[in-house]
Amino acid sequence: MALSRRTLLGLAAGVPASAALAACGSSGPGSGKGATYWYLNGQPQEGVRAGAVDAFNKAHSKTQIKDTTYQNDAYKTKIKTAIGAGKAPTIIWGWGGGTLRTYVAAGQVEDLTSWFDSHSDIKKRLFPSSFGAATVDGKIYAMPCETVQPIILYYNRRVFERIGAEPPKSWDDIMALVPRFNAKGIAPFSLGGQSRWTNMMWLEFLFDRIGGAQLFQSIAEGEKNAWSQPDAIDALTKVQDLAKAHGFVKGFSSITADSNADQALLYTDRAAMMLHGAWSYGIQKNDGKKFVSSGALGYMTFPPVEGGKGDPSDTVGNPAQYLSISSKASAEQKKVARDFFATGVLQDEEVKKWIDNGSVPIRLGTEKLLAASDSADFLKFTYDIASKAKVFGQSWDQALSPTAAETLLDNIVKLFQLSISPKQFADNLNAVTGK
Amino acid sequence: MSAVSHRPPPRRQQRDVLPWLVAPALLIFVGFAVIPLFGVFALSFTTWDGIGAIHPSGLTSWRAVLTHPGLPHALWVTFLVMAVSWAFQTPASILIGVFLAGDQRYRAVLGVVYFVPLMLSSAAIAIAYKALLNPNFGLGAGLGIDLLSQDWLGRPGLAFGVVVFVVSWQFVPFHSLIYQGGVQQIPKSLYEAAQLDGAGRVRQFFSITLPQLKYTIITSSTLMVVGSLTFFDLIFILTEGGPGDATRVLALDMYKRGFQASLMGPASVIAVILVLVGLALALLLRRLGGRDAGASQLEGV
Repeated sequence: MALSRRTLLGLAAGVPASAALAACGSSGPGSGKGATYWYLNGQPQEGVRAGAVDAFNKAHSKTQIKDTTYQNDAYKTKIKTAIGAGKAPTIIWGWGGGTLRTYVAAGQVEDLTSWFDSHSDIKKRLFPSSFGAATVDGKIYAMPCETVQPIILYYNRRVFERIGAEPPKSWDDIMALVPRFNAKGIAPFSLGGQSRWTNMMWLEFLFDRIGGAQLFQSIAEGEKNAWSQPDAIDALTKVQDLAKAHGFVKGFSSITADSNADQALLYTDRAAMMLHGAWSYGIQKNDGKKFVSSGALGYMTFPPVEGGKGDPSDTVGNPAQYLSISSKASAEQKKVARDFFATGVLQDEEVKKWIDNGSVPIRLGTEKLLAASDSADFLKFTYDIASKAKVFGQSWDQALSPTAAETLLDNIVKLFQLSISPKQFADNLNAVTGK
Repeated sequence: MSAVSHRPPPRRQQRDVLPWLVAPALLIFVGFAVIPLFGVFALSFTTWDGIGAIHPSGLTSWRAVLTHPGLPHALWVTFLVMAVSWAFQTPASILIGVFLAGDQRYRAVLGVVYFVPLMLSSAAIAIAYKALLNPNFGLGAGLGIDLLSQDWLGRPGLAFGVVVFVVSWQFVPFHSLIYQGGVQQIPKSLYEAAQLDGAGRVRQFFSITLPQLKYTIITSSTLMVVGSLTFFDLIFILTEGGPGDATRVLALDMYKRGFQASLMGPASVIAVILVLVGLALALLLRRLGGRDAGASQLEGV
């Protein structure tokens, strides 16, 4: 990147390359006793993460963790580049699944299986379902942390009252609500479509509700032409039907989720519904003034599709977040990281903060705390979804390899813009996921 | 050079020292441009996910890129951004440059104001425009003007137009400055002679100013054209190459393949293609400028 840019600039006018040089340099494993830790910024989550590090640093004056934060999309690139260059932080924050698998294949992260065997108390206090995306070929390569985040269908009670409608109980209800909201100048669904993974959540649910969990399973396992199965084509067609009926907010392809503009559409009454992760509740509580506290925010799980094979209790999303230890870190740094896993992650104070922000931490036995929270209803709802789902599917872009995920996200955007047909979408994806 | 020709010893000393003076620059150029260039060339014959081991794979990456429909599309978008932004910027820059070259004091003030966009970073410009163009919370919605609240970045044609406009907004000041300098180099005597012959302002512009600016136009165009190959930050923040791949220029295509899809081999292929296209364009523009591009334009005046 920097290379070709510099070369071309040099060709053009002999412009000095100082600007490109300034872009280099990063904090790597470094030396000394301190461990490094990179994670995502954005409130309210960033504050909880930073709080856990501060608490750990205070308790361990000799061994410090130095934390650095990044924006979501930028982080995904940065961490990959850093690991590739051998400059990974000691503690690698991630989503598990397909990306973790590539780290493991390259020998970049520590195998934590035996550590968990000798520290079974740590393993036992976490949601068992959170370990699936941390496990590659039977070995555990990451410590599950933070919160469980199923995808939820949020709605705005105020605008539903305004048009005198009930929340949708089926896909047909959704399609029937679309013209009613549009007639009142309210967008039926908010969507931050430029971020791409936001659109993907729609397909995750439609695939599950129409074809059942085994539909995506066959795709993830690389079955030939899996994307062209009739149920898959049906789901792809349905999402285009919704787009054609102007189900998504005007300009959705230029809205990013990083800026929370999609959430703002919901709490400012410009959109009626929004499919989003459980983390969205905290954002709306933080940014939406009285929207949440006045009870205007409604939430439900994605409704069934008529004649679909899926179990309506199934859900998708993030079973947890994950912390891995870089195999390139020094022995001392690795020890600091393991100490942090044992005594710094999901301690009582952190658990309390997550609950205050409206999230369900993946630690077991928090029911009382959840019930005492001022977000008790939402937390119970999330806890029930996460604990009762027969299948908790991991987000597709995390479950697939980065290469397949990129093709998937690119094509999803085109599908939502109606610039490719369901059949073309299936063909493009079969080419990268089929064996 | 001729001033020292009658004193041989210092001259020899100079000849010994001069090559060493370029050494630091050469070292930096080799270290940061030539070596990485070969590195990228070598990488284009491998398969690498950016994290694990690098596997030599012959022409696989080249074949993958050259047979993928994404490449002609990215080349086309790159060319289109280049051509349209050139066609938009050049007349605008010349007119502003000629205007600013006048000697009234208010023009100097305007010149400074015009220059402001160039001092902002591309990222800041992109973020600002993105906020202004937001159909729900942007300028159009804020002022209640429906015409302004289009889905500017969500529809392929509009998004392309926005990219060209924002790029031009950023770089027109720079090129205006070049043209302003160029116009001020034109001898006043030419205009005085034209006035005596009864030529009006328009005639003076087309018969004196434009022809005299020939080399300035070539310089400015070279910068625009070759520079447009490197447009990345602005487009990346504004549209991420979208909607779909409507604004996915080569540089963005390279980034997306390399760092988002973890395909370093094909990304390196595109980097090599970018270098080749840039070289070809720079050489072509030099040709257009003619052999005498470096010669004085004032001879005989």
